[in-house]
This record gives sequence, structure tokens and C-alpha cells, in this order.
Amino acid sequence: MTAPALTIDGLETVYDALATALDQAGPGKTELFLVKLALLQANALADPELFQQQIASALQDL
Amino acid sequence: MHTPSTEARPSIYYPYEVFQPWLASAHPEQERKKVVIVGAGPAGMVTALELARHGVPCVVLAAELQLSQGSRAICFTRRSMEILQQVGVAERLSAIGLPWRFGNSFYRGQRVFRMEAPHDSDDRFFPITNVQQQFMEEYLHDACEANPLIDFRWGNKVTRVDQQDGHAVLEVDTPEGPYALESDWVVAADGGRSGIRSAMNLQMEGASYEGFFVIADIRIDLPHPTERLAFFDPEWNPGNTILMHREPLGIWRVDYQLPPGETPEEALRPESLKARIDAQLAMIGHAGTPWEMDWSSVYSARTLTLPEFVHGRVIFTGDAAHLLPIFGVRGANTAFQDAQSLGWHLAFVVKGLAGQTLLANHSAERVGAAREIIAESGKSTRFMAPPSRGFRLLRDAVLSLSLTQAFVRPLYHWRASRPHEYSHSMLNSPRDDNALFQAGPAHGAPPQNVRLDDDDHLLDHLGGGFDLLYFTHASALPEDVQSAVQAARARGTPLKVTAVGAAQPVAGADRTLPDAQGRLRERYGVPASDSLHPQAHGAAYLLRPDQHICARWLALDAAGLQAALAQALPR
Repeated sequence: MTAPALTIDGLETVYDALATALDQAGPGKTELFLVKLALLQANALADPELFQQQIASALQDL
Repeated sequence: MHTPSTEARPSIYYPYEVFQPWLASAHPEQERKKVVIVGAGPAGMVTALELARHGVPCVVLAAELQLSQGSRAICFTRRSMEILQQVGVAERLSAIGLPWRFGNSFYRGQRVFRMEAPHDSDDRFFPITNVQQQFMEEYLHDACEANPLIDFRWGNKVTRVDQQDGHAVLEVDTPEGPYALESDWVVAADGGRSGIRSAMNLQMEGASYEGFFVIADIRIDLPHPTERLAFFDPEWNPGNTILMHREPLGIWRVDYQLPPGETPEEALRPESLKARIDAQLAMIGHAGTPWEMDWSSVYSARTLTLPEFVHGRVIFTGDAAHLLPIFGVRGANTAFQDAQSLGWHLAFVVKGLAGQTLLANHSAERVGAAREIIAESGKSTRFMAPPSRGFRLLRDAVLSLSLTQAFVRPLYHWRASRPHEYSHSMLNSPRDDNALFQAGPAHGAPPQNVRLDDDDHLLDHLGGGFDLLYFTHASALPEDVQSAVQAARARGTPLKVTAVGAAQPVAGADRTLPDAQGRLRERYGVPASDSLHPQAHGAAYLLRPDQHICARWLALDAAGLQAALAQALPR
């Protein structure tokens, strides 16, 4: 099975949108915003194991 | 010399009675006791009443001369009320208690979750009944005093327990000085700060949480119904949680979390209490409504249990055995289940109807229950009082999302105390028909109540020993089953037979419930008896003395009943 992935265009769109939203949330609310986003994404993903893998990936090379 | 206070505790709604101390000099020399219960709280008194119900005498030692201070436990679950019914105090509690089933969670002025606890039309009691612990203790104490098998001693404080070969010697201090008391068994029901547990140097396993909560009872006239109110991150107490419950007699419980770093002493200063309660009342739209303080205290959430409740001749129960957070009303409600379980297990060992293996089973079942409760209540606690930065961020994200996103709202759900199912108990019959049933309470499950008529429920008729529910249309129990019942009784096993489904009294049964509409049969998953299912005749359930199911059959025979009783009473 090939995992669905973003196109280059799509990735660039997400990149800009997330950066703009982080600026909009402001430094005091960045974490809250990101955790809310992560929960919404986890719900859309509907796969706790895959989400755990993504947590592991994100924890790498911090 | 033990000198308990003789001054009645202060309360604006409960008149404390100060009792006379029990003094050894006023009584003849004492023989060795069967059971001494240390502690006269809910766990100790329910254990005493259950033991007495099974014919085992006991001594109850209360260190103070009066009931405990403050409302303490106020929310009693349906199963707790069923257990209190078994020891004869549920009617009095129902008369004063406030039943309820709805809970509300608020964030930023919006109700983000409404919990509706199911209320089955077959149940006698509501999911929760609110009543102050003093009333519950008073009714239990009255029941103890009325029971000739219970020797209740006020003002008797245990200062030492020495375990010897096959018994224990207690040093009991009183207002005239100490005396020695020998007992075959000691029940340590001496509460969360158990002196016996400390003296025996027993370690509990689990977690303690850092956050402190103030718990305050006030008298105030508020127009809200009896429903649980939970407020998250309000403006007057940012990041923290507030809970409110209505109690009888115009009293409201207000619990609020303290900001990190504030000490309990600071939090309990009158001006601090007043400012915060005023702020909470203002937030719910009742600024300026007059109120009066009754009692306040501070607690922190802990999820701790002893890994073993039986230590030689000393058996721990209730808060002495485990410390559970109040989120989900785990303390007293777990203690009732502990005490009911201990009562019959210990009584059957004392009476020689089972070996000490039965006490090992009690410990295994109740430690298992405590661990299950710890796993569940840990989740509630981490949401109510986040223990770290990560948990706080997640909780705050859920609060924020809950205003618009339904999928996170179930996280507000209050996982209330529920009875543990002893699914893997060694007392469950290995060779019955448990797996063949499609419905009804399975191995180890608590009983399903069934409404038989107005003010008449199945559980009103059960308890005091083993109960056999036998489903039949016939005029008599089969002879071999009758013989097996009589043989069990001849060995001393208390066993009551309730026939279900016949219009006329069934010979060989102690009682017949006609069950004309088939409600009981249906709730217990017994197929209707017709030409296609002739096996439905003779289906049966065997309930332990705590009413949990230990065997069930689609067609009972004598050998099955004998095997199940032998399994439930290991030698």
C-alpha cells in the first residue's frame, strides 16, 4: 500500500498556511494552537497507531 | 491515656451526639474475640453488619466519641445503596438523600458536556444519591447498636497490634488507660491515615498527584437542581477546576483547585475561602446571595493501593487498604464493596465453612478492583488536575476544542465508580453454562435488579447467604436438586432458593416469584420455555452472599449445584 502523500504544491500550501496561523496565534498561544491542531488531525486520521508513529517521527532530531 | 474530645463537633446542620466511652473496668474479663474491627467509618460498620448477618460476632473500636467531622463522602452510587439496603439502612438514606443522574461541564460560560447516567426502570436506586456522611454513619451506627452480635466501643483507640500464632493482641487505649484485647482476626478499617498500616510498615503502590483541592460545605439557597456541576478554567481561578454538588438540608459542596504553590493553611484562611466562594457564586450568577460556612478541608488526589489486603491475622479494608481520588466518587463507594466482600468471606472462614483460601480470594478480588479503579480514575484525575505541562496543554486544547468540536466532549465524561466484575474469580464455576447464555449477568458480575411490583424489587429478597434463582413452571424443584440444597444446608451453608416463573408456590423453594411478564427471566437471559426450548425449564443462577454471580446453568442438576458450591467455598 502506498501511503497518501502531499503533492509539492499541496505541501507548499500547508507550509504557508501553518506558518501564517502560527503568527496569527502568537507566541503565547502557539503551543495551544498546535496541540488543538494535532488533536483535530488525529481525529481525521482515525488511527491511534499511525498517530503514535507520527509522534515518534516528530520527536526525532529535536 | 487516650482522651478523645467530649465537645460536640461544630456543624450548622448536623447535631453531633457525644457518646460515653466503653471502659474495661465496667465489664467482666474478656475472652478472645473472633473479629475486632478497628475503625467505625463506613467500611468498618458495613463489615460489622455483614459479619453479624452471617452470625459472626465482632467488636468495633471507635477512637473518638462521636461521628466523623464534616460531610466527607456525599455521593453514593446505586451499588452502594444496594449494599446499604443489604445491611438495612438504605430506606432511611433514601428518605433524606437527593437522587440524581445528570452532570454538566462548563467552559467559558458554555455547557460543553451533559452527562446522562442511565437509569434502568428495573432499578430501585438512582445512579447517585447525595447525602452527608454523618447521616450514613448515624444510620449504620444505629443498626450496629441494634445488633446483639456487635459490641460497639466508643473512645477506644488501638495503639498497638501484635500478631501471634493464629491470633492478634491489641493494645487499646481508653479514657481510663489501656487494656489488652485478643482476637482471631483484626480488620483494619482505620482510614486513609491507617495507624496499623504505618506500624506494619506496609507500602502502597500507585501515584500521588500534586494539586490541592479545597472542599467546602456552605448553606445557601440556590435554585439549581441536584446535578453535578463542573467548571473548567474559569476567569476567577484560571487553569483550575471547580465542582459543585447539592446536598440535603440546603447545603452545597464547593470543591476548587488551588493554584500551584499555595499551601493548605493559606487556602483554609477564612478570608481566602470567602473570596473564592464569593467569586464562584458571582460566576454562576448569584453574587451577593448570603451563605454560611459549615466545614472545609483540603485534599490531594492519590491513586494508591496495598498490593495485598490480608497480612496474617490483619485484614485491611476501605481507605486503610487504598487511597482513591474523589473524581468519580471512589472512596466510600469502593469501601462499601470492600466491606460487603470482606464480611461474607471472613464470616465463612470464621465459621469453618471455607478455608483461608477464601480470604486470599477476597484480597485478590478487591486488589483487582482497586487496580481497575486506579487505572480508570487516573484518567479522570489527569483531566481534572493535570499532573504535568504536557497533560495541562492537552487538557487546555480539549477545553478549547470542546466549544465547537463534538468529538472531544466525551473526555469530560465522569467515570463514576461502578461495581467491579469478578470475571476471573476462582469462585466462579468452571463447568457450568456461563458461556452459553446470550444475556444476563455473567460470572463474577454484580446482580441485575428487577422490578417485580410497586416498591418490590428482586434485590429486596436476596442476601444473607447464597441465593439460588431457579426458573421453572413446575410445581416442585426436581428431587435431586432439593437433596443437593438440603445437603448443603446440613453442612452449614446458608442457601436460599427462589423459584421464578410459576404462578403457584413451588415445593422445595423458600419463595416463589411468579414473574408473570417474564421480566426477570428476560433480564437474566433465560430463554422462554416452549416446545422449541424445553431446556429453559430448570435454568438457574447461583449468587454469592455479596450477590455477585458465581454460576449459571441453562439446566441445573444436583451435581452442577454441588460442584458450584464446592468451587465457591474452597477448603
